[in-house]
Amino acid sequence: MKIHRITAILIRHLYLYQRSVPRLMDIFFWPVTELLVWGFLSAYLEKAGFGGANVVTILLGALIFWDLFSQSQRAVSVVFLEDVWERNLLNIFVTPLKVSEFLVSTVLIGLVRIILVGITIGIFAFFLYQFNLFVFGFSLIPFVLSLLLFGWAIGLFATAIILRFGTSAQVLAFGFTFLLQPFSAVFYPVSALPQWAKNISYFLPTTHVFEGMRQVINTGTFPWGTLLASFGTNLVFIILILWFFYAMFADVKEKGRLMKLD
Amino acid sequence: MAKPIIQVTNLTKRFGNFTAVDKISFSVYPGEIVGFLGPNGAGKTTTIQMLLDLVTPTSGNIRLFGKDIKKHREEVLNRINFSSAYVAMPYNLKVGENLATFGRLYGVPNLKQKISELADFFDISNMLPKMTGSLSSGQATRMNLAKALINDPELLLLDEPTASLDPDVADKTRKLLLQIQKERGVTVLYTSHNMAEIEEICNRVVFINRGKITDSGTPKELVKKYGHKDMNEVFLTIVRGQEE
Repeated sequence: MKIHRITAILIRHLYLYQRSVPRLMDIFFWPVTELLVWGFLSAYLEKAGFGGANVVTILLGALIFWDLFSQSQRAVSVVFLEDVWERNLLNIFVTPLKVSEFLVSTVLIGLVRIILVGITIGIFAFFLYQFNLFVFGFSLIPFVLSLLLFGWAIGLFATAIILRFGTSAQVLAFGFTFLLQPFSAVFYPVSALPQWAKNISYFLPTTHVFEGMRQVINTGTFPWGTLLASFGTNLVFIILILWFFYAMFADVKEKGRLMKLD
Repeated sequence: MAKPIIQVTNLTKRFGNFTAVDKISFSVYPGEIVGFLGPNGAGKTTTIQMLLDLVTPTSGNIRLFGKDIKKHREEVLNRINFSSAYVAMPYNLKVGENLATFGRLYGVPNLKQKISELADFFDISNMLPKMTGSLSSGQATRMNLAKALINDPELLLLDEPTASLDPDVADKTRKLLLQIQKERGVTVLYTSHNMAEIEEICNRVVFINRGKITDSGTPKELVKKYGHKDMNEVFLTIVRGQEE
């Protein structure tokens, strides 16, 4: 792997962000809008005495975590789509850039995005709802890391589907995480799900992350078992999705579809 | 004779039951400008994409600089570049940003100086701060060619670089290409449907039709062989001869 090729892709996307209003809105505006909606709802529930004293913390914590996950997924898929939309894939892949370098650069772009989103909504949550994301110290950081890994893996999966089925599948880049949300126990515990949904939810790293987050908030204890379950399921997803991505990339080269994605 | 820069042997590509490229073999030698000609759907683009490792061959062998591109992809692609009238550069980046991005991808040393030299050569210095999407076709072609030379390639693959340009800009582009080839000794594989252009700049041509190589030689040799007055008639004879 060559650092100069990874930074080339990273800088190319940072050029875009500095002057694109829709991209900046995706980082700064929409997450804050969502925060306002959920923040007002949480504050109302707390005043009305629903959900206990931790309702603001739990709902806003869940919202922020979910946003970081969505951003991580979208960043990976949209980086690829940018080159499809601009008919630039051929220019990119006739350079010595390796697929692995391209993937690493998408992870870094995702990291830049979620740092910016995290800082933005962290500041707004603090000033609007007195919600301090760091009140739990470092105990939530491993869960955030697990979420980011899963977001990256799902982003890669959406990209592989777009590679295989073309831009008609690009809606996945923006909506795939919503398919997982009902089973991820983001805003409610797994126990609230019917049995069939529980069976699905335990396979998702996100479920273990949100269960773990709630445990940290409610009990102040660190749930090692839940963390391990989230990383374990993540590992399985990452291996399977990497295999799937490389298989799709090879299939696209075999069928000569790389240039027909535009 | 020098070793070939491109050596293609029995190269075949099938998409399902359709054979796009059928056991073709040809070589391109250092410093040559070779026209790779044929009608639409003949197999030119598929062949070029196989040379660039964008499409996986069904069978056959490709050696670039004497090396198998599958095994030496990174090394080989570092010594090549590509430009096509049908491939855009990101329109929402500035011209200078685009050139810098590709320069970084190739690990070009002294990148600022390199971009400045190329911008001077192609007369696009005043366009560097402009958005790529705002360029005219001629300006975009010059930017594409500047990008294609950013890594000082030893081999240039040019897919109809003058398509969609007006005759004046197309003529200037051809002169620039000849100048580049003369000054830098770059080897060029060139596709075009403009036979006058091919006669003007190519040392040799290879005809492909329905996936098979049907003829090759210098433009003069082929004109003489077919008893025509120019390459346009040769092209029509070769293509229509196969249709009959």
